[in-house]
Amino acid sequence: MKGTGVSPGISIGNAFILKKSVVVSSGRTVESEEEIIEQISDFDKAVVAAADEVKKIISDNKGTFKQEDIAILETQIEFIGDTQIMSDVHDKIRNERRTAIDSVTDAVGSMVHLFRNMDDAYLRARTTDIQDAGNRIIKHLLKRDDAPAHEYSENSIIIAEDITPTEAITLDPRKIAGIVTLEGSRTSHAAIIARSRVIPAVAGCSEELMNINNNDTVIIDGSTGDVIVDPDPETLNLFAEKKKVYDEHSKLLKSLRETPAITRDGRKISIFGNISVPDDIDQLDENGGEGVGLLRTEILFMMSDSFPSEEKQYQFYRQIASKSGDKPVIIRTLDIGGDKQLPYFKIPEEQNPFMGYRAIRISLDKKDVFMTQIKAILRASVSGNLKIMLPMICKIDEVREAKKLIGDAKTELDNAGKKYNPEIELGIMIEIPSAAMMVDLLSAEVDFFSIGTNDLCQYAMAVDRMNNKVSSLYDHFNPGLLRLINTIIEQAHIHNRKVGMCGEMASDPLATMILLGMGLDEFSMSPPSIPEIKKIIRDNTLVRAREVWNKVKTLDSSDKIREYLQETLK
Amino acid sequence: MIKREYTIIDPLGMHARPATALLKLGRNFKSAVSLEKNGKSVPVKSMLNILALTLKFGDIVTVVIEGEDETEASVVIENFFMEEMKHF
Repeated sequence: MKGTGVSPGISIGNAFILKKSVVVSSGRTVESEEEIIEQISDFDKAVVAAADEVKKIISDNKGTFKQEDIAILETQIEFIGDTQIMSDVHDKIRNERRTAIDSVTDAVGSMVHLFRNMDDAYLRARTTDIQDAGNRIIKHLLKRDDAPAHEYSENSIIIAEDITPTEAITLDPRKIAGIVTLEGSRTSHAAIIARSRVIPAVAGCSEELMNINNNDTVIIDGSTGDVIVDPDPETLNLFAEKKKVYDEHSKLLKSLRETPAITRDGRKISIFGNISVPDDIDQLDENGGEGVGLLRTEILFMMSDSFPSEEKQYQFYRQIASKSGDKPVIIRTLDIGGDKQLPYFKIPEEQNPFMGYRAIRISLDKKDVFMTQIKAILRASVSGNLKIMLPMICKIDEVREAKKLIGDAKTELDNAGKKYNPEIELGIMIEIPSAAMMVDLLSAEVDFFSIGTNDLCQYAMAVDRMNNKVSSLYDHFNPGLLRLINTIIEQAHIHNRKVGMCGEMASDPLATMILLGMGLDEFSMSPPSIPEIKKIIRDNTLVRAREVWNKVKTLDSSDKIREYLQETLK
Repeated sequence: MIKREYTIIDPLGMHARPATALLKLGRNFKSAVSLEKNGKSVPVKSMLNILALTLKFGDIVTVVIEGEDETEASVVIENFFMEEMKHF
């Protein structure tokens, strides 16, 4: 059986079926005026009692609950006392003469129906909260005692149609090995809580799930979404082994999180992450990233129906800046064109889009779009340590023109009385061979460089990486490309500029020693790759890395280079 | 009556947590507060009504405040949309 992995990790445990008590509508008609008043009053009391119950869960656990748990429960109180539901229920009792329980079932049911059909995934996921609120009110109407404490034993895997936020928060994480649900998604509260408690969880399984019996042996993989019931011994062994590897890896990850990337002989390397949205910062922190080496701003532009306003961009950058604190955040200005398009800014079809109208070329042509982005970044720069980076520079005039526009943007902000960091650093991407070969000249105009290996490799080798017929030629161990990268770093250092790398190569463990040997100052990659690269840096010395690079220089093909690197990594 | 427009600055839009905070703020005033988007108006009294308005990141919401303490309420609500919405 397969669902969606919503909280990573592997668990092997015993099924515990969490049953929902189903309330069937009585269909009874309320006869007298007295009974109407009684039903309404019972309902009002049940709402207060249900809200009080949640308030008590909060106050009983003030010390142990995380801030986000409390926030979820506080929203739950609002769902319980929702005035729309209350007036719907009052209306049903009085005018349709339905019982309080039937009215709650109906009113909650139609709200659930409304939310279930919404376009927005976040709002769809709220159906569970609404249902949870309704169930809690009904429980008090039935004057049922609190459900008996869950009698699950150690190492239980909870199997349920859905887990409500209050259930998830009150589950004992020491006994729960995993959670599997028929419904739910990554954004349901249950998934969020499972992740914060580090309990593997799978959601969105097929109906088969409900055939599992209590105490069946169940394996779940919260990364892939696999759920296996009554595994044969072979499968059990396989997953026990997988679990060991996973647990060891996450232990390593945890131990590396706070340690800096320093070689054994003391060279400090910056390990940064490539991100797109403010939420990515959490993942970056989890993996021990020390800053943002590349904030792709395309996603912000793709999320909008038209070019985002200065205010909207400002809020976006400001959030990332303040979430990052002192850590540097390198913001790359809009890099569209090539394979990236915006729905509201059609670029006419080109013979050769990767060599066409894209990135800085668009920015310098559509100056108003560029100015809006620069002003938004500048304003956000007082909230953190922001830097600006220009993509696709091929000649020095482009840098000079962009700098003039940045100067104009500063003047505009001065005139408007808006604050910004006047010392904000400016860097450029090195991804076009002409720029790579004049880093010495470019150093006079910029504060730092970042090598974009994906484009640099395709331009240096004349390989369209989107074309299947030639994409196998694309290879960042090509000796010519390695020499080009070495030249960039060498020239930048001669002119006292730091060099980072934000392309795929920075996350390739096979390339780490070469780049370290060349003297690369900063590696930036997708956050999950960080621990592995950090470990290679910490396990080696700069002296050894230089030896590796010197040896690589003598090899004449990427096959030989790969073979040699694989040997050295062993 | 005080009528103002604000941009939703939380990248997740008006989700359950800010809605909860806004409901709590609203209860501190006698004035009636309502939110409007695309001609649809909901009172700041029901979590479900606020969520169902689907205020997304970058959307513009019109806030209407009416009542004896509308001036004080408008100051607090302005602070909510301009400042507090940054921190959910």
